[in-house]
Amino acid sequence: MLSLIGKRIISAIPSVIGVLVVTFVLTRALPGDPAAYFAGPAATPQAIEEIRRSLGLDKSLPEQFVVYISDLARGDLGNSIATGQPVLTEIVTRLPASLELTLLGLLVSVLIAVPLGVLAATRPGSLIDHACRVITTAGVSLPAFFTGLLLVYVLYYRLGWAPAPLGRLDIFYSAPNTVTGFYTIDALIEGNFEVFRAALAQLLLPVTALAIFTLAPLARMTRAAMLEVLNSDFIRTARAAGLPKGKIVYGYAFRNAMLPVVTTLGMVFSFLLGANVLVEKVFSWPGIGTFAIEALIASDYAPIQGFVLTMAMLYVTLNLVIDILYIVIDPRVGFES
Amino acid sequence: MHRRLFLFASSALIATATAILSVTAMPAAAQSRKETLVVLVENGPNNLDIHGIGTSFRSYVAAWNMYDRLVSFGIKTLPDGTQSYDYSKIVPELAESYAMAPDGKSVTFKLRKNAKFHDGAPVTAHDVKWSYDRAVSVGGFPTFQMKAGSLEKPEQFVVVDDYTFRVDLPKQDKLSLPDMAVVVPAIFNSKLAKQHATDKDPWAMEWMKTNSAAGGAFKLDKWTPGQEITFNRNDDWKSGPLPKIKRVIIREVPSPGNRRALMERGDADISVDMPQKDSSEIVAEKGSGKYIVVGVPIENSLKYIGMVSTMKPFDNPKVRQAVAHVVPYEQIYKSAIYGRGIPMAMGPADAPKEAVWPQPFPYKTDLAKAKQLLAEAGYPDGFETTISIDLGDATASEPEAVLLQEALGKIGIKATIEKIPGANFRNAMLQKNRPIHIASFGGWLNFPDYFFFWGYHGQNAVFNTMSYKNPKMDALIDAARYEADPARYKAQVMDFIKLAIDDAPRIPLYQQILDVGMQKNIKGYTYWFHRQLDFRQIEKQ
Repeated sequence: MLSLIGKRIISAIPSVIGVLVVTFVLTRALPGDPAAYFAGPAATPQAIEEIRRSLGLDKSLPEQFVVYISDLARGDLGNSIATGQPVLTEIVTRLPASLELTLLGLLVSVLIAVPLGVLAATRPGSLIDHACRVITTAGVSLPAFFTGLLLVYVLYYRLGWAPAPLGRLDIFYSAPNTVTGFYTIDALIEGNFEVFRAALAQLLLPVTALAIFTLAPLARMTRAAMLEVLNSDFIRTARAAGLPKGKIVYGYAFRNAMLPVVTTLGMVFSFLLGANVLVEKVFSWPGIGTFAIEALIASDYAPIQGFVLTMAMLYVTLNLVIDILYIVIDPRVGFES
Repeated sequence: MHRRLFLFASSALIATATAILSVTAMPAAAQSRKETLVVLVENGPNNLDIHGIGTSFRSYVAAWNMYDRLVSFGIKTLPDGTQSYDYSKIVPELAESYAMAPDGKSVTFKLRKNAKFHDGAPVTAHDVKWSYDRAVSVGGFPTFQMKAGSLEKPEQFVVVDDYTFRVDLPKQDKLSLPDMAVVVPAIFNSKLAKQHATDKDPWAMEWMKTNSAAGGAFKLDKWTPGQEITFNRNDDWKSGPLPKIKRVIIREVPSPGNRRALMERGDADISVDMPQKDSSEIVAEKGSGKYIVVGVPIENSLKYIGMVSTMKPFDNPKVRQAVAHVVPYEQIYKSAIYGRGIPMAMGPADAPKEAVWPQPFPYKTDLAKAKQLLAEAGYPDGFETTISIDLGDATASEPEAVLLQEALGKIGIKATIEKIPGANFRNAMLQKNRPIHIASFGGWLNFPDYFFFWGYHGQNAVFNTMSYKNPKMDALIDAARYEADPARYKAQVMDFIKLAIDDAPRIPLYQQILDVGMQKNIKGYTYWFHRQLDFRQIEKQ
């Protein structure tokens, strides 16, 4: 197992280097002149030149690249001009916000989608199978930001049940001390249940919106995988041998159906991290997607590079976790590698 | 068993959801709510230092409320009852009094002896000198803004004694004093700042980005970039009457729909950055809705159509006039900006009658006249061109461009629309090669010659997006800039406005309106030239 993890990490190095070079070149190739943008409304050409110099953008591209890499080696991702903060600080505060939202959304989604898919597969053509189909079709055809707006309109604006869509905490609470960056967990560590509830309440609507959206691929994949396994020979043998139904479905069929579900889960997760920008916008969520989009609009190089790099790292980790999960679920995978 | 699992999972979810929802209905901290002002913005500050590189206009709200300046502007009541700053009245702020030398070549300020910075250090003339030196030394926007009032070199700023400060001017300049009342010449706590200065960074620019060295009416409480900034009142503030609001929370809410929902639910007190459609709907309710919108025309800020006068065919004034006769003004006011602007066309034919800026140009939509002008210019069959707009302002600019494109088609001019992302728009304008562009400009200092100096003068500043050069225009603007005789000044102003109308390098569309949504219990809102809120005048009833 350890050697597998080691190999995986080593094989990720070339892709990370590739990502570094490509983002560096791509950000420079973007149309737009950050110096002109940040020189402010009343800039003269001289003022713009001054700013270009102070940003180091007057140097040649290879020189800029060397500066970038040597900064990176010291753990310095540069400064965001748009927010005035070091990129590292921004990512450290914003990534947990996005992760908290995405992970919880995914958790809720799995809790509903997997039982739903299993039930639908064990009873093909039944009412629950049809319900599964309707729910997944509806979920996949409603973009998450739309569901989000709808939820805000009904639950906050009309009924007043949900808290105001004002980001991670209501205005009159202050954030718990940072340990993990997840407000819910940090509040629990502090033992502050009021803040925990407040943070959870803020999460409720965006998480629901994300869960509805991701429900569809997961439920459909579970159903399809379960159906296939349930029709296979070893299940028939198990049935013939008179094993109890629960043992057959959960002990043998479900475990074998997990592999494609975990693959889909990984894909949905990576997709969500990038795609919940709109949900973040709707709920004023200070996440990493919003940060990257705003940096792109302003041609703010350092945050874009930092964002892509973080994402690349995250994907590498994610793939590793999924590979390990494969081995846990199906020991044969581990022997083959 | 599996059904039970499913039922359990879903019912557990619903149960938690209901539990959370019922808890949030609790009123949180009702007591402090009364003295706290909750403000919604689309984007927040990006730098707390007004002298910083790339400090956005969203940051002015922090600099303005945290820092004091030597002088400020007075406050007047507009005809509709709204309060506005008064650019014609300079009042002391951190200075107790000021005196202009008889020859107009120096100003002496007496500082308040009891004024203190937020850390308790007294404010002295040394701090003022350090702050002014910083503004003219760091380069970029602050230095440039100081120069507009003939404040250029550190040698001009003299410490007479601990509480007396003098500014020497190279020549008498009517913009010098007003320029000391804008956001840039804020007074910094020099001792505190110097502790954070390094050899590489003598003005502590790095530290000042996220910290304050201020002494103004509001203290910085906490800034979370991209989310929220909070201020607490400085109870020791001596430069004016103590503000009524004790705490201010500025929250960033990017979605305009949510800002409106929050206002209608009463969860926020003030919403800036209102889309024109929202504000026109709320204004139409005439106060019968949940909250109100106060709209104040932004002084000398005009949305306009510019034509690059160095490029064919717009080098011909007749072509430019033809375009001015094509613009569908009425439609633009109605369907592009929902009436939230003051029309700057269709004015009296004999304009200008007064030396005021802005004023409506006499152009109205007249296709026959336009066709005739185009034929006279030698383009009876029209030509092809592009209309460039700023995507950052697409809500208004895009429909404007489409309406203009359609109208130009009627006289044979085929135009394509180029949408330029916000980051690139200023750069595109600097290149001065976008034949037709829709842009806006307004100056902080409300003088016609100041506007024309940036917008029409042959020095070709960024804001002369038309690259318009006319020696006659330059001579009139230069003369008016330092003219002391009111009658002569008036004549010069009338002359350059007339020339701008006849030559038509830019066609003003409308004066923009600053719409601020607020709950009905908010009183004292005041319009300022920097277009941000000043919490010192606001109270909640």
